[in-house]
Amino acid sequence: MKEIFRGDLVRLCAMDSDETGKAFSRWDRDSEFRRFLDSGVAHFVSSKKLKKKIEEEIAEQPLRQYPFGVRTLKDDALIGVGDLYVYNWTGRDAFVGLGFGEREFWGKGYGTDLMSLLLRYAFAEINLNRVTLNVFEYNPRAVRSYEKAGFRHEGRMRQFLNKEGKRWDMLFMGILRKEWMAHNEHRIKN
Amino acid sequence: MFDIQTQLFEGKDIRFGPIDYEKDPEVESKWTHDSDFMRMYESDPARPMSAAMVKKEYEKLEKEIEEEKNMYFFAVRAKADERLIGKAMIHRVEWVNGNCSLRFGIGSPDDRRKGYGSQTLQMLLRFAFAELNMFRVSAHVSEYNEATIIMLQKFGFVEEVRRRQALDRDGRRWDLLIFGLLKDEWQVRAKA
Repeated sequence: MKEIFRGDLVRLCAMDSDETGKAFSRWDRDSEFRRFLDSGVAHFVSSKKLKKKIEEEIAEQPLRQYPFGVRTLKDDALIGVGDLYVYNWTGRDAFVGLGFGEREFWGKGYGTDLMSLLLRYAFAEINLNRVTLNVFEYNPRAVRSYEKAGFRHEGRMRQFLNKEGKRWDMLFMGILRKEWMAHNEHRIKN
Repeated sequence: MFDIQTQLFEGKDIRFGPIDYEKDPEVESKWTHDSDFMRMYESDPARPMSAAMVKKEYEKLEKEIEEEKNMYFFAVRAKADERLIGKAMIHRVEWVNGNCSLRFGIGSPDDRRKGYGSQTLQMLLRFAFAELNMFRVSAHVSEYNEATIIMLQKFGFVEEVRRRQALDRDGRRWDLLIFGLLKDEWQVRAKA
């Protein structure tokens, strides 16, 4: 069996609500990070409140929510988060999300490594049929990295966001289990 | 176009109103025993619900509406006799981005194909664009729900997203579609 929690650069770990709450209260000061992460308003939440929110989220939906902390292999530092949200078990479809609060790790292959761990978890551990993601038009670097991971474009919700006085599309990308198998053929056999 | 005097919650044959906890649970419980309806309205597994279960769902819904402040629910009634014929909602409102989703359903097979659905959609759109001031409205619909797809297209909705094989029903996979309508597109049609 493969080690599924360990990639080439990062490893998945349990999401510790205290540590992650503290990390996010620091990361949230980076508005570009916030605007890449979701369509909500960039603002601040205390680490105390974040800790409580994370605990509630995990407790509420234990069978839908698969959240992870992300640590570097090099020095075990918490640099980001990743999660799968199975919104529909009978359709075996989940949304994947990831983010690196520590921006020195942007654009260096960490996201690609993390995505391949999350997809392996989705398809080879919880046996989903497809994985969906949303990404915003103003984040082309992320789009390219998802294309590289094997995601296909499935459409865009036109002018979904309003930021900096402009409307931006929200893109949908998806990967099917069989596409993931084909994409990773060389890796799965080993 | 409309004006301030034109009633928001009245159509030709139908009207929107609040939930009636005395009468509605019994009626909606009947709808949930019709798997066709459930499979059109929900992507969660269809299951029959008792009146008591429906009542609990209403309570949950009204609590969520109060707490989240991002959704609106309407009981759809026949104007002639105030009978409950369907339900409609605007949800997932993102105030800052001016977007939301809508969903609606006409419960009994006897009430379908009578124009109630399209009157419901027309009223929902006016509520979203002219009362909530949304910039865009989205609608999520299963590939097999052809009647709704045709209706959305008639109202000017554009197919924007096709999530391949997101549903698994009757032993095969179906796409989940997202349609979108922008305020500009709606106004053009409302004037015509």
